Order: sequence, then C-alpha cells, then structure tokens
Amino acid sequence: MRPLVETLNLSKLYDGTDALKNVNVEVNRGEVLAVVGPSGSGKTTLLRLMNLLETPSSGQILFDGRDVACSDADRLTLRRRMGMVFQQAVLFNETVCENIAYPLKIRGYLKKKSGLKVRDALKLVGLSGFEKKRATGLSGGEAQRVALAQAMISEPELLLLDEPTVNLDPRNVSIIESVISKVNRERGTTIILATHNMLQAEQLATKVAVLREGELVEIGDSKEIFRKPSDFLAMFGRVLNVFTGQSQLTEEGTAIIDIGEGFKIEALTTKTGSITVFIRPEEIIVSKTPIVSSARNMLKGKVEEILALDQTVQLKVDAARQFTVNITKKSFQEMRINLGSDIYLSFKASSVHIV
Amino acid sequence: MNIILEGLVKAFWLIVSLDREVYEIMFLSLRVSGTAVLIGALLGVPSGATVGLKEFFGKRFLMSVINTLMGLPPVVVGLLVYLLLSTSGPLGVFQLLYSPEAMIIAQLIMVIPIVMGVTISSVSSVSKAIREKALSLGATNWQMTLKVLKEAKLGILTALIVSFGAAISEVGAVMIVGGNIRWATRVLTTAIVFETELGEFGLAIALGLILLLLAFVINWVLTYLQWSGLRR
Repeated sequence: MRPLVETLNLSKLYDGTDALKNVNVEVNRGEVLAVVGPSGSGKTTLLRLMNLLETPSSGQILFDGRDVACSDADRLTLRRRMGMVFQQAVLFNETVCENIAYPLKIRGYLKKKSGLKVRDALKLVGLSGFEKKRATGLSGGEAQRVALAQAMISEPELLLLDEPTVNLDPRNVSIIESVISKVNRERGTTIILATHNMLQAEQLATKVAVLREGELVEIGDSKEIFRKPSDFLAMFGRVLNVFTGQSQLTEEGTAIIDIGEGFKIEALTTKTGSITVFIRPEEIIVSKTPIVSSARNMLKGKVEEILALDQTVQLKVDAARQFTVNITKKSFQEMRINLGSDIYLSFKASSVHIV
Repeated sequence: MNIILEGLVKAFWLIVSLDREVYEIMFLSLRVSGTAVLIGALLGVPSGATVGLKEFFGKRFLMSVINTLMGLPPVVVGLLVYLLLSTSGPLGVFQLLYSPEAMIIAQLIMVIPIVMGVTISSVSSVSKAIREKALSLGATNWQMTLKVLKEAKLGILTALIVSFGAAISEVGAVMIVGGNIRWATRVLTTAIVFETELGEFGLAIALGLILLLLAFVINWVLTYLQWSGLRR
C-alpha cells in the first residue's frame, strides 16, 4: 500500500537559512505521526509544506502518490483532502456555526445538510449549543476546539495539527487529545501532529519523527523511540527526572550514580564517569513508609508541589534533586499526601535509563 | 443677525412646503453622488482588494499614487473631465458636458481612489493568518478574497461613508462639468454657491440644511451598519 504522504529530500530555505534539510518522511493511512523537536526545528514548516501553504525549495511531496507540485486546480483538490489546525486558533469574525460550516459552504454543501454536520462536529469537541456564539469571543481552549471541529468537518483523509494544545489549560488539552485519538480510531483519519510535548507524542502517536535544526534525526515506531530516547530527544523533550552524576561500577556489574548531596542511584550500565540518566515518572513507586521490594533504589523526599491532572496527580518531590512522579487520584487520597509530607520513591535499576 | 434669522425661517418654510425646486435639487445631488459612489464601490472594492492581497512589483509605488489621488482637488478633476468632454476633447463626440452623467464621471474619478485606498488598507489589515486559514480549509483564491472582504467589511463601509461625504459636498467639479443649469444640473452645493452670490440667503440656508441633513442621515445609516457589524 502506498503511503498517504511522503516527502522526498524535502528542503525549504527561508532568507538563506535552512528551515528544512532533505527530510524524508512516510506516513501511511491510519497512522498518527508525531513530529517532535524544539522550537525552530522545522515542525511548522513541514506541516505548512504538506498543507500546500508553502512551496518547497527543493525535493518533493507526494500525497497519495501524486506530486503536489501540480496545477492550481489539482492542488486545490489535494488540499481539500486535508485539514489543518494552527498553533494559534484563527477563527473568522462570525458565529461558531458559520465558522465550522465554512469548509462545507465552499465545497457547495446545502445549508440544511451542513447544519446537521456542524451539530455533530460541535458535539465531538464538547461544545454542543455553541452554534450561535460569536467565535471571536471564545476562550483560547474553546477557540482551538472550534478550529479542530472546522478542520475535521469535511472529513479529511489527513489532519495536520501544529502544536494544537500549546498554552492551553489541562482540561482543554485532554479534550483535544481525546478528539484526536477518537477521529483516528473511528474514522481512520491519518494524523500528523507537531508537538514538543513528549507525553502527548507518546500517548497519541504510532510513529515519531524527531527534527533538529531542520534535519530529520530519527523516525520510527513510537514505542521504540520512547523506550530508548536519544540524547537529543531527552534533552529538549522535557523528559522528566533527568539527572547527571558520576557513575562507578559495582562488583555486581551495575553502576552507582552519585546525583549529589549523598544521594546515589543504581542503574544497569557499564558506563563510568559523568553520565546523564532519566527515570520515567510512572516507573517510580510512591509509598509513605519504606518498603521491601525488588527495586534497587529507594529515596526519601518531601512533597513540594501537588498538581491535579486529568486522571492522575503529579507530585514534585524534593529528594536531593527534584523528582516528578505520577500517582492515581485514588492512591493520592488513600495515602493522605499533603504538601511537605515525607514519602519514599522506589524504582528498579532497570528503570534508570541512560541518555 | 437678521439675515440669518430670516434665512432660517425661509429655509424651514421651503422644506416643509415641499418646494419643488428644492427637492429636485436634492434628488439630483443624491442621484449623482449615489451613482458615483455605487459605481466607485463596484470598481474600487475589487481592484482595491486585488492590490491589497497580491504582491507584485511596484505595489508600493501604486499605493503612493492612490494615496495621493485620494486627496485630489475636485476643481482639478472638474477641469480634467471638462477638457475630456468638451466638444474639442477626446470624448467630445458623446456630448456629455453639462449633463448629470458628466457630473457622475467627475465624482467617480474622485471616489475611486478613496474607495481603493481605504479598501487596500482594510484588506491588508486582515491578518495573513485569516487568508491562510481560508485557503487551508479549501477555499479557492476567489472564495478567500470574499472571506477577506467580509472580515474587512467595517473598513469597506468606512470607504463608502468617506467617499459619499466627499462626493455630495464637493462643488468644484460639478460646477465646472455640470454648469449649474437650473432644472438640469443644479445640485445642492452649486445651488448654495449660486444663491449666496444672488443674496438669496434663505434658499441658500435651506439647501445647506438639507445637505447637512442628507449627509447626516446617510452617515447614520452606514455607521449603524458598521457598528452592528462590529457588535455581532
């Protein structure tokens, strides 16, 4: 089966600097590709090129096997098979209903038919009853959800999302994320999501492409890439609990890493000297008292910050260095954790990932 | 003081008694300026939108020219149109001089740069993001332009308000190309000049009041439209 979108040595120059250099990406139907990388790495440029808002300086983009460098009329036909959500929600100065119906209107749909579709689209993004509201008066999160509904109403085969949840509050973020996975699952919409939120990429994507200064440094299956993130991914990706320290080998073949103030963690590595490691928040077990377990590491710390997320509670814990851990709401309540509570963090040596 | 008072009384009387000549003059003013603004809008809005949305060589220069023409003195336009339409002029064969059509042409020449200039600035102020958004959602260039015009409608209404105000209140151009002929090409402004010279202050004041009133009513309607567009 041919890929839905494919770029061949795609490059884009802006004012003499390379925004993208020889990027080769393949996205198959039904996939969710997360394009990750720090700001300025070319994520937006890649999406804009795919949406035909820019033309490449060199290289090719194939959409469903067709070169997009074709006549204006053909480009319009291709573009009408995709939808794009921009980082900053841009809406027209009219009602929510008129905004969402616009893609249908320009495709010649009748008002009656588009009205029903608009209702469904609003329901999907959790904004039922917003039809008559003025789009310019919506909050940032609502506006972005309207923009998402607008991009999806024409049932595009490809949905391009350029950092759709940046600067939004957790509630809106989780609504948007669930809509994204829902359309992918239920309609089979192929999705390309530019993000610098690693958790989001990991949660939503089946495939990950890592961009660095316009170059594609990694592309592959999401699980593989996140299991062993490269230095670069760990550096910018706000991978939590990243520590650097001196590593010394033990007799058992593991390594002890001194992360400062006498705190040492054990890891499965043979590297010595200065190394950087990270531990995923979900691989850390939280307890109120010391526990006996197979975990080789246990640190005592104080809860410094409590942040209620959608389904979990995130704790920032001071244990020599600041650790971030996630626990479920239920265990948070059962353990009666407060600010300043002393807690123990346990994790296996194999959960200490070497960067 | 007496003259003004007498004038006001006479003006009031002429207006309420539906004096035929006064109303004839008023309607001609409305017809000439209204037609000029209408045609000006039909030509100026699309061309202004095109200039505002397209990038091309010499765009800045063209915009400076248009901005200059926005302040074109009506007498100069009158002179130009007079020369074009006079019997020996290039368009003399149409025998339009001293007709309402000549007056419309003169005011049209004044109005087009105003409509174009204001349209250019208002479509340019619609952000690039809106244009890209429309295109991204699958609009053709033409559909995108319509969308931008819709987003810029406040500015475009401003263009109409400003150009109607300029057209109905100018006297230089219509005087030269219309000739202020009674029952034929006499409009409010030329009539005011004429009656003042004759010392017929009552009539002049009446016409002046009507002119003000007309300008007010038209602006009121357009401003109302503008604000209701803003509020919605």
